[in-house]
Amino acid sequence: MSEITEPSAAGGFDDARDATPAARLDWGALWQLLRLGLIGFGVLAVILWLLAQWNEGGAGNAVDAVTGTVTLTLSQEPPQMDSTRGTDQVSFRILGHVMEGLLRYDANNRLVGAVAERWEGTEMLWTFHLREEARWHTGEPITAHDFVFAWRKVVDPANASQYAFIMFGIENAEAINRGDMPLESLGVRAIDERTLEVRLARPLPYFGKLTAFATYNPINEAFYESRAGRYAADAEDMLYNGPFVISSWVHGASLRLEKNPNYWDAGRIKLNAIDHAYITTDTNAVLNLFKDDKVALTSLNAENLDDALQQRWRINRFADGSVYFMELNHAPDRLTSNYNLRKALQAVNDPAELVYKVIKLPGNLPGRSLFPVWLKGVNGYFRQEYPAPEQVPDEALGRRYLAQALDELGLDEPPTLVMLTGDSPSANKQSEYYQNLFKQKLGIDIKIDRQIFKQRLAKMTAGDFDIVMAGWGPDYDDPMTFGDLFASWNENNRGRYVNPALDEAVEIARSSSDARTRMEAFARVQEIIREDAVILVNYELGSVYVANPRVKGLVRRAVGTDPDYTNAWIEEA
Amino acid sequence: MVAYTVKRLLQGVITVWFIATATFFGMHAVPGDPLAADKEVPPEIWANLQARYGLDKPVPEQYVIYLSNMLKGDFGISYTQQNREVNDIIAEHFKVSATLGILAIVFAAFGGILWGALTALYRNRAPDIVIVFLVILGISVPSFVFAALGQLGVVNINNALGFTLFPVAGWGTVQHMIVPSMVLGLGTMAFLTRLMRSSMLEIANSDFIRTARSKGLPATRVFRKHQLRNAILPVVTVLGPSIAAITTGGFVVEMVFAIPGLGRYFVQAVQQLDYTVIMGTTVFYGAFLVFMVILVDLVYGLIDPRVRLE
Repeated sequence: MSEITEPSAAGGFDDARDATPAARLDWGALWQLLRLGLIGFGVLAVILWLLAQWNEGGAGNAVDAVTGTVTLTLSQEPPQMDSTRGTDQVSFRILGHVMEGLLRYDANNRLVGAVAERWEGTEMLWTFHLREEARWHTGEPITAHDFVFAWRKVVDPANASQYAFIMFGIENAEAINRGDMPLESLGVRAIDERTLEVRLARPLPYFGKLTAFATYNPINEAFYESRAGRYAADAEDMLYNGPFVISSWVHGASLRLEKNPNYWDAGRIKLNAIDHAYITTDTNAVLNLFKDDKVALTSLNAENLDDALQQRWRINRFADGSVYFMELNHAPDRLTSNYNLRKALQAVNDPAELVYKVIKLPGNLPGRSLFPVWLKGVNGYFRQEYPAPEQVPDEALGRRYLAQALDELGLDEPPTLVMLTGDSPSANKQSEYYQNLFKQKLGIDIKIDRQIFKQRLAKMTAGDFDIVMAGWGPDYDDPMTFGDLFASWNENNRGRYVNPALDEAVEIARSSSDARTRMEAFARVQEIIREDAVILVNYELGSVYVANPRVKGLVRRAVGTDPDYTNAWIEEA
Repeated sequence: MVAYTVKRLLQGVITVWFIATATFFGMHAVPGDPLAADKEVPPEIWANLQARYGLDKPVPEQYVIYLSNMLKGDFGISYTQQNREVNDIIAEHFKVSATLGILAIVFAAFGGILWGALTALYRNRAPDIVIVFLVILGISVPSFVFAALGQLGVVNINNALGFTLFPVAGWGTVQHMIVPSMVLGLGTMAFLTRLMRSSMLEIANSDFIRTARSKGLPATRVFRKHQLRNAILPVVTVLGPSIAAITTGGFVVEMVFAIPGLGRYFVQAVQQLDYTVIMGTTVFYGAFLVFMVILVDLVYGLIDPRVRLE
């Protein structure tokens, strides 16, 4: 019987028999559907109402002059708020608002006293005198012992701090971290409650600057032990001594700072609260929040810069502090160990074209030197005292070097080189630009090896590349933070460059306390790196951002807490 | 029935164990080190780190340790969120993902049933054609496009209105949940609409509908009691897997709307080789999926006596 009936619904098209009853029941059926829709709406409303009882929160506007609150975003949840173990920018940014070390940088980037009111340093011995009025947020005084405890924790092998090396200038720190000496032998001592004495392993003219670094923050021993391994895991698991305290911390969602009434310099702090109400890595989401006047600052990148320009916002820029470069592999079995091949690549490198035509983001500087322009020298800026020549491309010179290199390597035609790079859009753009550049100018084929973060690191460490797109951000405000990067003993010298002359210059800069001697040594490092084409410097990173015009006194900087709202205030509308 | 349930649960446990084992060895086979950072550290610091996380032991030994900890319900401490236990991460953030997922599925289910029924009702007429076109769009456009467009739309609406109708991003209040859950549910809604439509049409031509009509029942009653009710069954069947898929698949939406859900941990952990979080989230989601499938099978057996549980 079924074989003579209507075609199946799935295959068949309209036929009169179907349409007629459908047309008749239109209104009734529609009413049924409407009812169903109303039920669905009701169910949704009930669920939403229930959820409203379960969750709470919601953030205010970008700035609120009445309550003195600024609302911001974080790119991620702070991974490690324990200052002895933190390594990342987000944690350091929060720590810079809620904690204070012996010294700090003020709004003009001058080093000033924080917990220490005065200090004196000789070549190997530094003494810090703590303020009487320095307090934890609970009101207890901060003592020299709080520093001794925290610093020992940093070098304690059981604590496994990645930044332990930043204390290796202190007497015995390295041996303790290796497990060869007891913690008590660390060269730091509380002479009395308010006097801290530090003995160094070698002269460190910039030791004062190091004490402004978050790893050098104090921790109260009794409190630390009372948290039984949960120190800094939550807002109430920390003692604060900075301008703000963490008043609420919802993991992955928000982190709110409120003014610390017991801060010794509380009169200086004008904001009452900093509400990090959103945590997301999506830069467009942050831009949209900024447009909606929900957050006070958004960083810009190449993708959303045009959007920002159209809004006619005032665009700010500042030096991020880091330098990006192509690291070349100097291992003997690599073609790039050939001096003339490296010089050929260097000769055609055109940082200005990269910055202005490829990256096209304001704020970046075409690279000239491993040492960025903001580093300080003897009296003024290092790069003004020891200028680095501009890298001007010279194709003919490049070809001459290449011919010589091919001759030495016994090759008939230009080789293929492997370029290791990250997987971000900007890394793609840059590596493809260089692939094209080296092919056109030198006929060298570049094979791009694109890897996600951890795999790229693994390949860098293993030396599995000819060229790698790399960068370096400063840890402290002294040329040494860049200067020893290509010393033969440095683990971050991934191209395994070895040059006794460079090692010697670094050693001089390390052991001397005379500013001129040190800067001259760094100038030699700068010259060797250029002369020997150790790396090809691409650019100095600049950051671009827009901020709510009512937020005043915001400080952006290359080294230290960034962005820094401790000096900020809100202008009345 | 009891024997069947026990058997299915045992199979589920074995599946979860298999997922855990495969993930564990797969994860360790990926080149790279979870502790590696932009800046390399001196060897002594490296050794301290390895010892702290137990990575200095051979992989099989790490596996045994991991499995025995897992049986005790301890997934360890995250490598990237260094002060948080994986258990806490799952507990705190799954709550959010589940909230978002449930809302999305309710939205998708009711929307899908309504639109599907409507298209069947207006088969091959204007509303049908428009909706089917939208359905194709909904199925083929990826959720990150909807998320970005949805957010942009919210910004523009707020700017036009001069006040905040819906928040652009964030989490906490009911207003925060509405737009993301709709965006998250769109794809599933489109899929369910198509399913509902074909199911409606198939039933429209079945014998019992003709019987009902020939009995002289009012058309509206036939539509509601016979056609709609029976057509919903297949939709309900796919809800189980859909719930699991939506709850675990919210990564992009969570990212765009700055929602503290588990999805972003699930994805970012893999990128950052955060061993403990990879294991914790994979095992948890695996167990969740397996449980949903078993549940659907059991419920199906209860609803439909034709499915024999042997």
